[in-house]
Amino acid sequence: MKAIVSVFSKDRIGIIADVCTVLAGMRVNVLDLSQTVMDGVFTMVTMVDTATSDMTFEQIQRRLAEDGERLGLSIRIQSKDIFDAMHTV
Amino acid sequence: MLNTIDILQTLDMLDRQHLDIRTVTLGVNLLDCAHPDIDACARKIYDKICRRAGNLLPVAQGIEAELGIPIVNKRISVTPIAMVAQSTTARDYTPIAVALDRAAKTCGVDFIGGFSALVQKGLTDGDKRLMDSIPHALAETDLVCASVNVGSTKAGINMDAVAAMGRVVKRTAEATSDRGSVGCAKLVVFCNAVEDNPFMAGAFHGPGEPECAVNVGVSGPGVVYAALQGVKGRPFDEVAELVKKTAFRITRMGQLVARTASERLDVPFGVVDLSLAPTPAAGDSVARILEEMGLDICGTHGTTAALALLNDAVKKGGLMASSRVGGLSGAFIPVSEDEGMIAAARSGELTIDKLEAMTCVCSVGLDMIAVPGDTPADTISAIIADEAAIGMVNNKTTAVRLIPAVGCQVGDSVDFGGLLGTAPIMPVHTASADAFIARGGHIPAPLHSLKN
Repeated sequence: MKAIVSVFSKDRIGIIADVCTVLAGMRVNVLDLSQTVMDGVFTMVTMVDTATSDMTFEQIQRRLAEDGERLGLSIRIQSKDIFDAMHTV
Repeated sequence: MLNTIDILQTLDMLDRQHLDIRTVTLGVNLLDCAHPDIDACARKIYDKICRRAGNLLPVAQGIEAELGIPIVNKRISVTPIAMVAQSTTARDYTPIAVALDRAAKTCGVDFIGGFSALVQKGLTDGDKRLMDSIPHALAETDLVCASVNVGSTKAGINMDAVAAMGRVVKRTAEATSDRGSVGCAKLVVFCNAVEDNPFMAGAFHGPGEPECAVNVGVSGPGVVYAALQGVKGRPFDEVAELVKKTAFRITRMGQLVARTASERLDVPFGVVDLSLAPTPAAGDSVARILEEMGLDICGTHGTTAALALLNDAVKKGGLMASSRVGGLSGAFIPVSEDEGMIAAARSGELTIDKLEAMTCVCSVGLDMIAVPGDTPADTISAIIADEAAIGMVNNKTTAVRLIPAVGCQVGDSVDFGGLLGTAPIMPVHTASADAFIARGGHIPAPLHSLKN
């Protein structure tokens, strides 16, 4: 499934590295990545493919939430469908 | 290709503007549960609902997690129980309400609707028994919702039923007086009731519906309110365009959820109900949208026009976003469930008379309005008759959900908790309508041409 991973945090060094390490550890493939710092808030939006992983979507979701807490990041993953539905005709 | 701005906008709607799916409602046909013995009938109903709706909750929760959007309510609507229960010889249909309540609790849903009768043209014995059973049934259950359709554009208004429902509302208030007369919050009197409404308390699975259907009600007053911040002081054309675009986005989300739920439940997709349904949470209010258009307080002059624009633009935006639209479709104005309406009612600017005018241009009617506990049954019937007349003549659905809160007077308020919110007691006219209601009979259906 194609999904969007969004990450919000206070900016620091190595956030992208941390998130991508977690994703790679689950064999989730990164397809596209965009990152910016807005008003001091690190914002990262990544499109991923979960089909390469052996884990279910729920397991990936739980792991991202747990690792996000450990790393001090707000990480969530949502099906890409919701964004397509809202913004494309 | 990533469009970060769109993605961040969606996340903002979810996180800060209360965007949610208000309800996924599974309609279930119960006509095949008829049985001469009421206990056997109740057993069949319980078994069928649990069989059909057993995985509604896990499926809805799975969709919530996957899409990252809250589905606030999971509900069940069933065939109007008067149609099913009149196969029995029982006079009191409470055992069936209890079976519905148990089934709703087993399935883990928030409400179950359909303890209902359609009596716009006249009452069958079963309809009469169901209406008589409503106060006891609502007092004995937690999740059951009841509704009675007393009029339609084609049939006119059944004034005997209107008179009876005034008394039923009063008896329901008394039967649940230990809980703020909450039974009345689960009882709706309709004109032109729709068969595929996913919203409570008026949902039922109409006789023209398939065996099962998934209907979805969207929400999103907070998103519309936030969008309007960008057009302060601009002409109404721009406001209408913006509301349309916003409603389109909100409804697309509803369509996606409805389609996904339909596939996973293996049940046909019914409709998306294009509604702006508020909650008592700050920032999720329809009243505040109207005020954002330039009104000091909801209820003052201009409110009806503002609501007319909002209601129409929501429908126009939503229609294109969904393959099947139905239900009530429009902006809701339930007083106790809308933080801005509560404030406006407390201030005295928002009155029942103004709310009645507002119901001429929006769905669905005089909704979640608490009135003094000593309001006579005839007065409640007269309020129902007025509202039904608006629905009948204007070819639209209208409804009355009044709570004559026992022991409460103007100045008090009654707290129902959760989505049902807090209702300030609003004054009603005190001049009597009892001779009007005592006439009974039938108000004929209106002319369908020469409409000026």
